[in-house]
Amino acid sequence: MTESTGNEPAGQAPVTPGAGWHRAGGEDLTRPRRKRRRGGGGGWGSGNREAAMVPEAEFSSYYGRQIIKSPTWKNPEVPLYFFLGGAAGTSSVIGALAEFTGRPKLARNAEYTAGIGALASVVLLIDDLGRPERFLHMLRVFKPTSPLSVGSYILSPFSAFTSAAAGIRLLELEPVLRLAAKALPFLPSLAGAFPALRKASAVGAAAFGGPMATYTAVLIANTAVPSWHAPHDELPFVFAGSAMAAGGGITMALTPVDEAGPSRKVALSGVALELAAIHRVEHGHGIVSEPYHLGKAGKLLRAAKACTVGGAGVTALLGRTRAGGVLGGLLLAAGSVMTRMGIFEAGMASAKDPKYTVIPQRERLEARQAEAAARAGTDDPHEARSVVR
Amino acid sequence: MTAVSSASPGLSKDHGDPVTGNRLYGPLPDVQGEAGYETDHPARVGFFTDTSVCIGCKACEVACKEWNTLPMDDSHGTRDALGLSGMSYDNTGQLGANSWRHVAFIEQSRAVDLPMPVFGRPGDDRQDAGQPVNPISPQADSTLNAQTSVLNAESLSQFDPQTGQSGSDKQIRWLMSSDVCKHCTHAGCLDVCPTGALFRTEFGTVVVQGDICNGCGYCVPACPYGVIDKREDDGRVFKCTMCYDRLTDGLQPACATACPTQSIQFGDLDELQARADARLATLKGQGVETARLYGRDEDDGVGGNGAFFLLLDEPEVYGLPPDPIVTTRDLPSMWKAAATGAAVIVGVVASAFVGRRR
Repeated sequence: MTESTGNEPAGQAPVTPGAGWHRAGGEDLTRPRRKRRRGGGGGWGSGNREAAMVPEAEFSSYYGRQIIKSPTWKNPEVPLYFFLGGAAGTSSVIGALAEFTGRPKLARNAEYTAGIGALASVVLLIDDLGRPERFLHMLRVFKPTSPLSVGSYILSPFSAFTSAAAGIRLLELEPVLRLAAKALPFLPSLAGAFPALRKASAVGAAAFGGPMATYTAVLIANTAVPSWHAPHDELPFVFAGSAMAAGGGITMALTPVDEAGPSRKVALSGVALELAAIHRVEHGHGIVSEPYHLGKAGKLLRAAKACTVGGAGVTALLGRTRAGGVLGGLLLAAGSVMTRMGIFEAGMASAKDPKYTVIPQRERLEARQAEAAARAGTDDPHEARSVVR
Repeated sequence: MTAVSSASPGLSKDHGDPVTGNRLYGPLPDVQGEAGYETDHPARVGFFTDTSVCIGCKACEVACKEWNTLPMDDSHGTRDALGLSGMSYDNTGQLGANSWRHVAFIEQSRAVDLPMPVFGRPGDDRQDAGQPVNPISPQADSTLNAQTSVLNAESLSQFDPQTGQSGSDKQIRWLMSSDVCKHCTHAGCLDVCPTGALFRTEFGTVVVQGDICNGCGYCVPACPYGVIDKREDDGRVFKCTMCYDRLTDGLQPACATACPTQSIQFGDLDELQARADARLATLKGQGVETARLYGRDEDDGVGGNGAFFLLLDEPEVYGLPPDPIVTTRDLPSMWKAAATGAAVIVGVVASAFVGRRR
């Protein structure tokens, strides 16, 4: 065929899928970032119709508008919530085990970390609501199909137990108890029960610590956002790894080296899990993995990886010195924050561009049609089209 | 817990789909029953939007805004802003918290053979001049008959703005389609709502209770169609209710009432489905190769739509996802991964405390 002029005969119309119709006008706004092909048969007549053959290059959309709605969640509040929930969740498990293995300083630091992280999580989550005063409506039903409902029933007891453990720790300090006794005069008489109450609270918190760290991955994966939904089986492991890196790192930074051994091991295992899992998120899902490499998300995730790997290196080599522990812990926490922010940004980017919604769905649809055609004993894809529809 | 649960039917394995063991996806013959209504509930209702007879008048949009007192917004959903989209006659732009009907407008052209005069009807792809076959089934109702006798008449076709010829070498058509909430059989918004603000009505539709919604926003990215959205200054989410208030009073939804061409048809869902199948057969018989039903198939990713469409091009051309799947279909696998991840954390931490002291 010669240079395309736009007035090729329409004799081929019946065999062209979509009968040759395409959006009128010069530059086709419905196909952003489309690579123009020269002499590609049919001029501007058959562009999107050939999408069937080259799905990754072309797709149709409504004036380039996004199909799904972008999440309305606040940034950085929500990614910070993911980070804090992970750090607090891991810390609570570390705290409980430290209580019973004779590591009082590690137990104290882990319980404070968990308590502060959990309380901040509650504040961030309520602040993110459009109607914060209705926070308790979260607890009027229980729905296993809603990760946010399940999450509310994880966060509520978790924050209660962690703040109880951390609060009792505070009351065990003489000046705090004296101050608190002014408001609640019966408190000093309970002082004997404090250690038992604290340990019970720490165990209760630890029971919810793991789910607290990973449910947030389901929260974002259970959406129509392409780059969050596609890696739905890997994101919980990214979050688990990132949570261990953060929780292990923070408690390691706060605790003298002779008690911080478990934190170091947790942090290093977390880094290994996170890096392995996020590699699959970033490379295993075709076009939907793309947003993890581009723009703000790509920058954040590259920085996150640098911090995480650097933090792990410092921890492994210098973790047995106090300065090394602090530096490694800070790097790991920073890496975890940026991992969550990068994943958040990648999802936002994938919601915004219709190609991440259309192309995977079209591929899925065409695979199904080809399969139906094969079953029906015909190899004509257009036959299949009408069969399936 | 109330008798009518706002919890979705998912995850209970007792009397679910015998194949999958759950009701998170797939056909659901009695959505209201699954939601906890007694067997004497009304029939499931819906919209059949036949875009082949839509004239883009936007009466549905206006009626919807008027009836539901929706605030003004621009084509990006910014409230109280007056703005032109700059892309077409469509200045509504999208469905959102303030626009529950949205008329899409797409101008298309195709090259035609010069020596052969072509008089097209909506989406007409015929190249020969054979008599149009009219395979209307005997049980076709008056609506269908009206559409086939008037709107597809040979005499009208050359004046039809949807297929008028502009110039000698190309043909122009306008696609217009009134989009709306699909009221899915498996509604992602309903599944993920943590407060029970979204619920299944006795008519099988999906409605937000404004006095319950706390604005968590989870339903917004959960909708595979991008229908529901948050009104930022209000804090809560809003979407089409299929005029729940009118339905309970025995009235049709405002948009269907206002539609002058019966492009928007309201009725019992099974009746609409039969009507749509007949309409599709009519159009196919007339050579409209590109006609297809969207959201009609109960085996699709959302178990079929309560509001479905007859389209003349691929869904994505109208801004609709070509193969939507309710996100909760994969939720059991996600919970499994999250539980494993949580166990890994506990296991790793526990093993870190074992062994060497330091």
